[in-house]
Amino acid sequence: MGNSDAITLEILRRITEVMRENAEELTRLDSAIGDGDHGTNMARGFNAVLPKVEAMAGQPPSALLKTTATTLISTVGGAAGPLYGTAFLRAATALDGKNDIDERDVLAAFEAALEGIKARGKASPGEKTMVDALTPAVDALRAAVEQGQDLSTALDHAAAAARTGMEATIPMLATKGRASYLGERSIGHQDPGATSSYLIVQAIADVVRENSG
Amino acid sequence: MKKLINRPEDVVREELEGMAAAHPDLLRVDPELQVIIRKDAPIEGKVGVISGGGSGHEPLHGGFVGMGMLDAACPGAVFTSPVPDQMLEATKAVNGGAGVLHIVKNYTGDVMNFELAAELAQAEGIEVRSVIINDDVAVQDSLYTAGRRGVGGTVLAEKITGALAERKASLDEVEAVCRKVNENVRSMGMALTSCTVPTAGKPTFELGENEMEIGIGIHGEPGRQRLPLASADEITEMLVTPILEDLPFRRGDQVLAFVNGMGGTPLMELYIVFRQLHRILSDRGITIARSLVGDYITSLEMAGVSITLLRLDDQLIDLWDAPVHTPALRWGV
Repeated sequence: MGNSDAITLEILRRITEVMRENAEELTRLDSAIGDGDHGTNMARGFNAVLPKVEAMAGQPPSALLKTTATTLISTVGGAAGPLYGTAFLRAATALDGKNDIDERDVLAAFEAALEGIKARGKASPGEKTMVDALTPAVDALRAAVEQGQDLSTALDHAAAAARTGMEATIPMLATKGRASYLGERSIGHQDPGATSSYLIVQAIADVVRENSG
Repeated sequence: MKKLINRPEDVVREELEGMAAAHPDLLRVDPELQVIIRKDAPIEGKVGVISGGGSGHEPLHGGFVGMGMLDAACPGAVFTSPVPDQMLEATKAVNGGAGVLHIVKNYTGDVMNFELAAELAQAEGIEVRSVIINDDVAVQDSLYTAGRRGVGGTVLAEKITGALAERKASLDEVEAVCRKVNENVRSMGMALTSCTVPTAGKPTFELGENEMEIGIGIHGEPGRQRLPLASADEITEMLVTPILEDLPFRRGDQVLAFVNGMGGTPLMELYIVFRQLHRILSDRGITIARSLVGDYITSLEMAGVSITLLRLDDQLIDLWDAPVHTPALRWGV
């Protein structure tokens, strides 16, 4: 993928846009089973990320992602700050030294990000968290890349799988995070963290598709 | 939404500016970084004690900064954990060479952000220990949840731990007494109304005119059970029974009984609850040796109450009685 740095910047712009647009919806989901701040916190975080990465024109993707990570850790708060911060930091490390990113690199970055979230949050699939959107996304991405699909198609598969994973959190019983305090009452609500994770994967897929071919 | 604010996004900064203006004799406040530090910190040879958490629980934690209690507090956005930068700055500012203790309420976000801050502070050569407070008996099944939440017991832990640190006890001793408080304290809360996070603009949950929520936390998160409204005596019984059974508290125990308002409860009602609490404990042969009644760990404007019982021994009584001088707790000075 040529212009990897420019595309990375465009992805971060798109994620910021999407977080602003969906802030109210994420907060609504969080009010049902959490404490009603996920949308506000994510929008605040990416609003802080954007001016910093805009000022980094010409720097490699890993540098942009690292700044994204430290800014999210410093501004988001809650659990989402350390979790997404860790995810972007691990992705940055996976892409370290690479200026021309291919589908194997993207897969490595996604795998590292997911492992980072699981480790920081001590979470596994089925607990009604971000992991439930990201695990199927990474699995779908891996399958598509191994079948030799191009990056744009592979990411479309990943986004579709993330969406299905997000929707699959609705009947789940939460056992991690604040939603777990509700016990049975967490059932029937879509997880806000899985939702923001889906939105991020979808934004990445959209920007890559628009820039391919 | 009807609130005494200017703009929702400015509430924490403006609150901190107000605290700085009101208590210049006690506090140094950085409203941008969101750190509240005891005026005379760092104190050479004294363990620094810091805490932090989302805003909206006032006076916790910032109102407890001062002599005999916390050395610093890090308020996050409303109901949102603070970020590691804040805890790191606070840790550096209160480090008098004897190490720093972080008192952390058991919420996923608080624990993760304090973990990151502790790693960063250790990397800068400051010895940091952490004690996680998890006194909420409403969370029954710890294996399948994020664990019991830190609620009213946090106030008592901060007071008692701060008192021992003030006597220049070692980091080991300060950490140990904080753990001892956590092991001997249990709480449970309930809500009559929800509360509204300023940036959200509407109540976090809906509660009907004749309903109440039992087993709430302190973030407007719904509790475990919604029941028809009951009398103060019945509610007190519902809250105190699981507390007594959990530790368990036994005949002959001496306790500190803490009846806490959630922010929108008249003191009159808190005393009505205390009256019944006193009766229940007397019947069981448990002595109330010390008491605290009022709004100390709140959920914005929520109406409701939490009850906290701490089993006391001579050391804990002595440290509870020790002088304290903070914006929200002051005696013996």
